Amino acid sequence: MKRYDVIVVGAGPAGLSAAIEAAKRGLRVIVFDENARPGGQLFKQIHKFFGSKEHKAKIRGFKIGEDLLKEAQTAGVEVVLNAVVLGLYLDKEVVVSHGDEVTHYKGDAIIVATGASENMITFDGWTLPGVIGAGAAQTMMNLHSIRPGKKVLMLGTGNVGLVVSYQLLQAGCEVVALVDAAAKIGGYGVHAAKLARCGVPFYLSHTIIKAHGQDCVTGVTIGEVDSKWQVIPGSEKDFEVDTICLAVGLSPMSQLLKMAGCEMEENPAKGGYVPIGNSYGETSIPGIFVAGDVSGIEEASSAMIEGRIAGVAAAARLGFIDKAELTEKTWELEQALLALRAGMFSPENKGREVIHTEEGYDVSQSLLTRGYLTNDEVLTYPGVTAAQGIHAVIECSQNIPCNPCQDACPKKCITIGEKITSLPVVNSDAQCSGCGLCVAACSGQSIFLVKEDEEVGTAMVTIPYEFYPLPEKGCQGMALDRSGKEICAAEIIEIKNVPAFDKTSLLTMKVPFNMAMKARFFKQVQEV
Amino acid sequence: MMNKINDRSRNLGDYSVGADDAMIICRCEEITKGDIRQAVHAGMFTLTEIRRYLRTGMGLCQGQTCGRLIKGIVARELGVSPLDLEPAVSRAPMRPIEMKVLGNER
Repeated sequence: MKRYDVIVVGAGPAGLSAAIEAAKRGLRVIVFDENARPGGQLFKQIHKFFGSKEHKAKIRGFKIGEDLLKEAQTAGVEVVLNAVVLGLYLDKEVVVSHGDEVTHYKGDAIIVATGASENMITFDGWTLPGVIGAGAAQTMMNLHSIRPGKKVLMLGTGNVGLVVSYQLLQAGCEVVALVDAAAKIGGYGVHAAKLARCGVPFYLSHTIIKAHGQDCVTGVTIGEVDSKWQVIPGSEKDFEVDTICLAVGLSPMSQLLKMAGCEMEENPAKGGYVPIGNSYGETSIPGIFVAGDVSGIEEASSAMIEGRIAGVAAAARLGFIDKAELTEKTWELEQALLALRAGMFSPENKGREVIHTEEGYDVSQSLLTRGYLTNDEVLTYPGVTAAQGIHAVIECSQNIPCNPCQDACPKKCITIGEKITSLPVVNSDAQCSGCGLCVAACSGQSIFLVKEDEEVGTAMVTIPYEFYPLPEKGCQGMALDRSGKEICAAEIIEIKNVPAFDKTSLLTMKVPFNMAMKARFFKQVQEV
Repeated sequence: MMNKINDRSRNLGDYSVGADDAMIICRCEEITKGDIRQAVHAGMFTLTEIRRYLRTGMGLCQGQTCGRLIKGIVARELGVSPLDLEPAVSRAPMRPIEMKVLGNER
């Protein structure tokens, strides 16, 4: 039997963060993970994260993972990979299968950070090869560089469905549609808008009726559902696809805690069966902690903070720090967690219809049902102002916890204020230099630079662009509007890509003057 | 609530064949929706009983895929909320493991 102060199960964002905080306080920490690589889902996350600086906002997920790993190594955390925890027994005994043997470990504290598994739903043909989880699609693309399919239909419009759909586009797949049984898009509007402007249609209040194919998926039929979730006859639509992606939620992988005898509850707000824990993540068994998705489904950003809280609390539980240090450190972390849980997508707003923003602006119904702001709606938000010369147009219309744009602007043109869920306000008096840092910093890719020249009758529109191959300067193509419709010819006049943009390229396209507030994406016409 | 679920004298009505009874629910053990529904009518009212009776959730994925689906089917058949059904017992090994490794204990 090997002994450690703390045994952490799961080397994802929560587990690593917990291990770091415990190790930094002098505890001997070991982390087990059943995967060949550490980092949990972080290394699949190629998009920039939301939040504020302390939440690692505007940093891409895999980079956050790399940083966490380094921090864990520096802190002296022992990470064991390909190590499957088989059981958690009385008196904090952990049984681990590693290599060709089973080893017993004992921890004075245990932190379970096993994460979640993907939910599935059934329909005719759901077991055909080609029906995959959105997480699986992400693993194929971002860990193994394999394109999951050529033509994909995504079921689920939560942030997972939206983010993975965009990554599918980036990987060169055609996303034929996003489908959701709910009447509203579940994830962030800015994520939906990125897809809509690429021309991906949304089918809300729709569900999958049947996947077609003998040996693999060759097509899919969807249909509209009524208020009782029954398919309305005659509403069926067929798509030719080779892949159906399911992003229909996650369930906490809490079996180890049930086995250990922790008090459990079925909690729909937390995504399923979870242990009952206190604010430190300590379960009904003193010294057994939980952090991350296993304690309730949230984002990786919150998982990292929960992990840190559990790590500090474990150090206090074992007497490595006193009550004062525990209170002080966790207070700080809890404030960061509260900030992430605020806004229109907060846990308490789940299932509630938010009609106005915190500031009193109307929430766009078009954004919630079609994935884009209308030309009229966009003008009503405080990030959109008319100004002479180049200026930022921030099409941010929902209260989400995110503020990198405010810090990005060296000219202080953008204000969010103390409350990080507030909509960004563009100060039209401040002088925009056109540097583009805000465009690249916006995790939602909803900032554009616009420069109108009425005399000449043209406008320059700068857009964030994360597709390869990049068009070349002088490239002729079509400008697309927010709905993905081709609206006019456009010419690329500048492509900017500096290290500070972190791989987001800025394309500046020339369009007719009256298209300045409509053109939001560029489509190359000639085949590359 | 548990008493209501465990009350075997409760009349669930006759089992009637559903249009999607042939649909596979537990992929690892190839158990259909009809198998699960019939098991409930045969008196298996808890998820642990269903698992022992049909082997649902006892294959390679250990119920990771079908656990939630089976819960929904059983709850509907019993006329209760899935929230009132206790998940099946959790026990080691949590993941499939080769016997030669399981036997090689240190």
